[in-house]
Amino acid sequence: MIRVSNLTKDYGSRRAISDLTFNIEKGEIVAFLGPNGAGKTTTMRILSGYMPPSQGIVEVNGFDIIEQSLEVRRLVGYLPETVPLYPDLSVFEYLKFMADLRKIKQAEDRVDEVIEMVRLGDRSNSYIGNLSKGMRQRVGLAQALLHKPEVLILDEPTIGLDPAQIIEVRNLIREVGREHTVLLSTHILPEAQQVCSRVLIINKGKIVAEDTTENLQNRLTGSVRFRIRLRGDASAAAQKIGQIHGVLHAQAADTDLVEFESAPGQDVRAEAARVIVQSGLDLLELQPASLSLEDIFLQLTQEEEPAPTPELGQPEPAPEMEA
Amino acid sequence: MHNIWVIAKREYKLFFISPIAYGLLFVTLLTLGGFLFLDILYATQTQAFVPNIQRTFQLFIFPLLFLSVPAITMRTLAEENRAGTLELLLTAPVTDWELVFGKWLGTFFFFVTSIALTLVYPLILNSIVDPGIDQGVLISGYIGLILITAAMSAIGVLVSSFFRNQVAALLVTFGVIILFWVIGSPAQLVDGVAADVLRYLSLTEHFYDSFLIGLVRIQDVVYYLSMTAIALFLGSISVEARRWR
Repeated sequence: MIRVSNLTKDYGSRRAISDLTFNIEKGEIVAFLGPNGAGKTTTMRILSGYMPPSQGIVEVNGFDIIEQSLEVRRLVGYLPETVPLYPDLSVFEYLKFMADLRKIKQAEDRVDEVIEMVRLGDRSNSYIGNLSKGMRQRVGLAQALLHKPEVLILDEPTIGLDPAQIIEVRNLIREVGREHTVLLSTHILPEAQQVCSRVLIINKGKIVAEDTTENLQNRLTGSVRFRIRLRGDASAAAQKIGQIHGVLHAQAADTDLVEFESAPGQDVRAEAARVIVQSGLDLLELQPASLSLEDIFLQLTQEEEPAPTPELGQPEPAPEMEA
Repeated sequence: MHNIWVIAKREYKLFFISPIAYGLLFVTLLTLGGFLFLDILYATQTQAFVPNIQRTFQLFIFPLLFLSVPAITMRTLAEENRAGTLELLLTAPVTDWELVFGKWLGTFFFFVTSIALTLVYPLILNSIVDPGIDQGVLISGYIGLILITAAMSAIGVLVSSFFRNQVAALLVTFGVIILFWVIGSPAQLVDGVAADVLRYLSLTEHFYDSFLIGLVRIQDVVYYLSMTAIALFLGSISVEARRWR
């Protein structure tokens, strides 16, 4: 569906992304993970047809991003990082305008449908300038969904939303992802895990890892880590857990906290719980201690050579002229 | 064509929710009406002259269009650029040319609306002056007014495409319009082809010596239409160039 090969983008002398190559198949939901300034927005802007690449080939459904830009733009629904809204228009007017630009038939019906999808039915006639940030985000999402796009590109779709809305938007993305191809960018690893089938990790303009969410974590840690909270002697518990077959390493991280790692592919949780209860301690919590995105980045970037050009890590560039 | 219309329609509607547009309409009607009233008053008292419609045209162009064209066109693309909505329009299936042309068309319709409102003055004048005002000047004057507005607002949209700051767009548009207004003046100092070129480029020469005295000459119509077309063409190049930066 999306084929990107050797994609490079320079802003003047500064290279924002270099030599990206990846494919996204139809029906996949793929996350773009990376810190600020990694090149996520730049890549998405290129895929949406907003700006052409400096080098490399991008095809969406077989259409070349430069030669057949209009065809690509018809296929793509795009939610930019700064949600592009007209505060002077009502939600309905704004979406009607976009529906007309996209030549949607029975535009008003479709607009109402999309407004319902993002649960703004009661705010349809409100001016966008009066909406909360979360609602504006949903208006932007509605705009991207209007023409039932084959490919949905979402730049930080859950930023600024409250937890309930985040869950709603994630569900919506999963729903849309059943029929459409979705590429979204995020900082948040659990988000990628919950919503996406595959993750591309990008740092300093390069892809540093690409895999399914589970594989990625396992590959990075080489093992599975757990955390146990208990009442009683943590160091004694750690000792006992360390003796379980399949546990590589256990230690008391605090007076009531034990952390341990198990070998990949071995589920030792039941055994660990039994050991603790049998030794007369109270088991309060047993949870996987997943790596944070920061940890993954540290690991990935430490494996990499130091970046040749130090300015690559700077914040996302504004390509527009300063005037 | 469809896209141009959709963009122009939105642009036009937006003027009527913006205070700037109402402010300009207010100033325009107040100025023109005020001067017309004074003219009529003065003429009836002194019996020295007959009030004419030319004065309304002259006032409308300078200073009114000089101020209102930059003030109205500054927003068109600069504001889209600043607010990030340009990203929305440039990723919609709309060509850069359709975007620029639609933006211009919307502002042009706004000016045509405000010009139409001034028709009340010749109507008043016609009922006062005996034997009525010169119909030829009335028609040619309004044709000229509409053409000069088309060219000026195209320049405004072009300049607006360079900036994200509306005030910068306003000032530069103002400067460019002044430049084309006075560009004919140095023609007196040079002669030959250079003088002809300078005179041809002047926004003034094509209005004062023709439309204002009741003439509709094909070369003047072509001049204003080509100024409009060139400015809009450059505007769409400018929007496209923005993508490559």
